[in-house]
Amino acid sequence: MKKLTKLLTTAAIATGLFAGAASAEDMRIALVVKALGIGFFEAAAKGAEEAASELGDVEIIYTGPTDTTAEGQIEVINSLIAQNVDAIAVSANDTDALVPTLKKAMQRGITVISWDSGVAEEGRQMHLNPSSNPLIGNMIIKLAADELPEGGQVAVLSATTTSTNQNIWIDEMNKVMSNYPGVEVVATVYGDDLADKSYREATGLMQSYPDLDAIIAPTSVGIVAAAQAVVDAGKVGQVNVTGLGLPSEMAGAIESGASKSFAIWNPIDLGYSATMIAYHLSKGDAVAEPGASIPMGRMGEVTLDETNSGAMADPFVYDASNIADFKDIF
Amino acid sequence: MSLAETQQTAARHIPDRLTTPLARTFKSWESLLLLVAIGIFILNSFASPYFLNAWNLSDATFNFTEKAMIAFAMALLIIAGEIDLSVASIIALSSTAMGVVMQAGFGTPAIVATGLVTGLLCGAFNGVLVTRLGLPSIVVTIGTMSLFRGISYIVLGDGAFRGYPSEFAWFGQGYVVWVITVELTIFAILAVIYAVVLHKTNFGRAVYAIGNNATAATFSGIRVERVKFILFLLTGLMAGLASVCLTSRLGSTRPSIASGMELEVVTMVVLGGVSILGGSGSIPGVVIAAFVMGLVTFGLGLLNVPGIVMSIVVGALLIGVIALPRIYQNLRRS
Repeated sequence: MKKLTKLLTTAAIATGLFAGAASAEDMRIALVVKALGIGFFEAAAKGAEEAASELGDVEIIYTGPTDTTAEGQIEVINSLIAQNVDAIAVSANDTDALVPTLKKAMQRGITVISWDSGVAEEGRQMHLNPSSNPLIGNMIIKLAADELPEGGQVAVLSATTTSTNQNIWIDEMNKVMSNYPGVEVVATVYGDDLADKSYREATGLMQSYPDLDAIIAPTSVGIVAAAQAVVDAGKVGQVNVTGLGLPSEMAGAIESGASKSFAIWNPIDLGYSATMIAYHLSKGDAVAEPGASIPMGRMGEVTLDETNSGAMADPFVYDASNIADFKDIF
Repeated sequence: MSLAETQQTAARHIPDRLTTPLARTFKSWESLLLLVAIGIFILNSFASPYFLNAWNLSDATFNFTEKAMIAFAMALLIIAGEIDLSVASIIALSSTAMGVVMQAGFGTPAIVATGLVTGLLCGAFNGVLVTRLGLPSIVVTIGTMSLFRGISYIVLGDGAFRGYPSEFAWFGQGYVVWVITVELTIFAILAVIYAVVLHKTNFGRAVYAIGNNATAATFSGIRVERVKFILFLLTGLMAGLASVCLTSRLGSTRPSIASGMELEVVTMVVLGGVSILGGSGSIPGVVIAAFVMGLVTFGLGLLNVPGIVMSIVVGALLIGVIALPRIYQNLRRS
């Protein structure tokens, strides 16, 4: 028995040594996030680990500062440069402040990409956006139209009249309206990203348009307020609330049925794709240049535009089937 | 009686202190801290193969140089019984002012001058409120902490100043020789200046006197308010200088720049053995504390220890280094 234990221990140590030797040759990819302890980024790290186990010879260093400061991220990146990691994939706290440090990293032969929150062009090789404006514009109307096979009336509850993102998404939505015959946008109102004003605007919509079938809110504040307004008006089942929202805030609306589905980027996919891209760029079997395509494993390929940035995918759809898995993440 | 005999009787030793200077040096705070620093250095060299590399160590100095510049002036201020919690906000305001001047098309000398003068003005503002109106410095500077950064936010909103001239990058990204950075050189020069001012001049003695007993200092003819005002000016100026370095290193200005740095500066000063109640402390202590904090954060960074754990370690280090001598004393007494 004692001998067996000894043998097993020796074997275990040997395996450990071999594993150690193998990991020394692993490619080390650092996933640098805005700050540690944020559910969204913890989920992205999960995706990165998934990519690493798929690739096999990759070690993920998940790191970031305690607060969302550029200075903190620079300290972290400096220590990664010192460790001579193979690649850095960063979600930046500051578009410009990280540039000098990241330039230094690239000079020392480290692959640098940004994801989620980008770095100015000269400070990275490419940037991965979670999605693109046309994809988001199409997704928000598609979510509403999928529940309305016969067509119907929908209204938009946006943020402020000057919110750049929301205005672009609504523009993109209007461009593809012809793909959804029978669906009609009857009004666009603005809740200013304030919970109470959004609530009043949503209530107003249901009074002005008694036959309203759906409210599209491409803002995380508006979508929650609209869902509450629908519940309070007793119109669950008649008016479907959809758009862009956070799973943690929308879990209640999905349970009550006020919202059948909504969309937002999936942080797991984002961490996964960023890792895949960093891997291929560092390995040298893909290059970051305008027009190039870089493989992202199960997420397909990303095509870079003239600023070397690309969009990962359609926003991810959340509904009753998967909300439970995501509501604790972000 | 011969001359030699008289000298012999006069040379009878009467101790004017209880311990010899040598023994005092060994028992001092600075030597304890130096031991900690050396210990951390050795631990780091064993823990990570990347630690003992001139370029990496050079990069690591950025973890403390800017904070230490402010810490010198802050040490004097705390020794004199006052404190300035607005330093990080002064950095933000100075940086914003430099950005405005840069956008107006001025060159590097004007940008640097603006940064320093803004710091000086902020320091003067704090100083006037404390010394003229007699308000407690902790209250005044908590107020100006929000005020100064608030102005930056009004000017910049969620925008940023970028496009500083390339010569301006020299302060935060330049090297004097080999791996010795410009910031490290400024840090070293300031360390010498502050050590001389605090330990070798009348002004330095006045700072200690005020911290120990401001009333007694007044009656000894020290112009207490004036000394304090000068210390606030100095602290402001150092924050302005740190702002020049940090802005140059980042190459851009955002109103959130240097947020939370005031507490790290105070931590550095206290770790350096300066009594938070005033009256005692030394510049060598602050210098070693700067290295200790820089080495700890860099060493842990190399091991990819999360920042949350890192701040726990720095906190534990602070309490440990302060508590250990006290515990040792208590043990010896009982």
